[in-house]
Amino acid sequence: MTVSVALVYPDLLGTYGDGGNATVLVQRLAWRGIEARLVPVLSSGQLPSSCDFYVIGGGEDQPQSMAADLMASGRRLERAVGNGAVVLAVCAGLQLLGQSFEANDGRPRPGLGLLDCVTSRSERARAVGELLVQPGPEWGEGLDLVTGFENHQGRTELGKRSRPVGQVLRGVGNGDGGLEGAVSGRVWGTYMHGPVLARNPKLADLLLSWVVGPLAPVDDARPTALHDERTGSALAEAVSKGGARGWAEWAERGRRAWGAVRERW
Amino acid sequence: MLALDPQALSHLATGRTVALVSGTNGKTTTTKLLASALPTTDGAPVASNFQGANLPSGLVTALAERAGRGPAVLEVDEAWLGEVAAQVLPAALVLLNLSRDQLDRHHEVRHLAQRWRSLCQGLAPVTFVVANADDPLVAWAAAAAAGQVTWVAAGARWRLDAAGCPECGGRLSFGLAAPLSAGAGGGLAEPGGAYDDGHWQCDGCGLSRPAPDLWLEQDGANLSACWRSGPRVALKVSLPGRCNRFNALMALATAVRLGATAPEAAHALAGVDEVAGRYSTVSAGAGSAKLLLAKNPAGWVEALDMLSPAPAPVVVAINAHGVDGRDTSWIWDVPFENLRGRSVFASGERALDMSVRLHYADVAHQVEPDTWKAVAAMNSRAVDVVANYSAFQQLRSRRLLPAPGAPK
Repeated sequence: MTVSVALVYPDLLGTYGDGGNATVLVQRLAWRGIEARLVPVLSSGQLPSSCDFYVIGGGEDQPQSMAADLMASGRRLERAVGNGAVVLAVCAGLQLLGQSFEANDGRPRPGLGLLDCVTSRSERARAVGELLVQPGPEWGEGLDLVTGFENHQGRTELGKRSRPVGQVLRGVGNGDGGLEGAVSGRVWGTYMHGPVLARNPKLADLLLSWVVGPLAPVDDARPTALHDERTGSALAEAVSKGGARGWAEWAERGRRAWGAVRERW
Repeated sequence: MLALDPQALSHLATGRTVALVSGTNGKTTTTKLLASALPTTDGAPVASNFQGANLPSGLVTALAERAGRGPAVLEVDEAWLGEVAAQVLPAALVLLNLSRDQLDRHHEVRHLAQRWRSLCQGLAPVTFVVANADDPLVAWAAAAAAGQVTWVAAGARWRLDAAGCPECGGRLSFGLAAPLSAGAGGGLAEPGGAYDDGHWQCDGCGLSRPAPDLWLEQDGANLSACWRSGPRVALKVSLPGRCNRFNALMALATAVRLGATAPEAAHALAGVDEVAGRYSTVSAGAGSAKLLLAKNPAGWVEALDMLSPAPAPVVVAINAHGVDGRDTSWIWDVPFENLRGRSVFASGERALDMSVRLHYADVAHQVEPDTWKAVAAMNSRAVDVVANYSAFQQLRSRRLLPAPGAPK
């Protein structure tokens, strides 16, 4: 089988380097001898509905609205998801897959509804900086802390049909209840740039396993070194901001928060 | 000085012929080129912030150091251009290009273009504009100027930030247009047709590239600058890379409008071979290192184009301080795959980010955060070093110290 990875509208949603997620997915398959094909889809072209993976990145306000318009016509992404495709949507991508998001004119506009979340413009200062998240237990033992870089003005509230990626240890994330991201089925929405899959090889393999099943190990010395460096530096910041509170307290806080999150869903 | 006298910039600029140079990439180089090509009447030296201090405080320092009525060529941060222009009443505004720079500063590039457009709309009639016609955001901003704009076909290879029309949000298409002059291909033709012509247009509202007044033509190794009005002059550019030919063309256009003759200006441009340490070769251990600065994806694409031919060894160094942008994600937009087959070191404070990028590009490499150590470890006669802003400044400041391993 050839696994196809669509990079959705890099000409509109390519501002934050998130196209690197597609590079990571294709390479991690290729290293395992699985044939993989990168399918860049420009905004002038038609979005295919037959790909296995869709990678959607962040962008500026106006291109985000253009992308939402294009994706709404034809409902091709919805069809792909209905057929089992995996979607990774970052920042503007997360927002436009939700129920609605606030456009640059300040009015809410409908999203694709693939994620159960509503995004408005946050009253707080723009969220810019390292984002570190304790992922929820449902993603399995294998998924470490998740690290990324956030840069957004959004406040994203989750509805009942989406769950968060996890609990924020450092940074802002959704800006609602200390949570980060929105996940429904095989649609993974996050505020993390970095690109997120370059910094988190285990997350890349989790998403890949949803398409191709269990994966053979690859040499992850370098991606793991980056993951640990970013995670360590964000943790150090979180702990230093917390004053005398040490790492143990952070871990306890993460566990408590997860208890609450599980009750909610 | 600004704190003492808020009008300092205005006072120091009074009576001078001032040219302001701005854009995402090429500001420092174009400023140096233009300052060298500018005609000076009574021998008054040209005031300029060659070292790249491009906020108002740096401009005040540059003018104060060369007090008097001599001409001034100043590079100005893109976001400060309006404020500075309001204070110095420039003779010339030189608008190079706009693409995304530090991601986390959220100066959305369209927002900058809008501010430039407002500036151009309000320009005094004494100010003329020299603008890159090939860059849609720049052309849209400059077209608002009431006075005559000199449109230069100055290239815009980086197009990922210009997908939407700045006027209507419609889709822009790029590609070939009618030749600029009969018998010539127009634009800068490269062997193998690697580069497009700079034409662009909006499929929605019809906004399109203004007809260039000045462009480059290449015949073998010979480069000429050609004016639509007829004249042409041979242009020799000592600085490496395609982008510097265009920077030289922008400087030439401006110098000529400020009264230089084209042959004199072209001659002066050819003499510039180093800009604030960039493109310079420094001794390092047993060999030497050529230093290249690249601050953003568009700049890195150009810098990779300036490397010595493969398999010459390369050190790529990045930091992520505020001036660099704290988000390193942009490295995934740069085709580092082109480094395959070379000896490569990933370096700088964020060497691991670069290492992972190279890993996924199948570029075999080693990691050494200390850039001079990486250069020394290459054990090679000539190493190319590409670094982003603060990594480059660190390199330059350490270059004044003894080379690593050198006898004291």
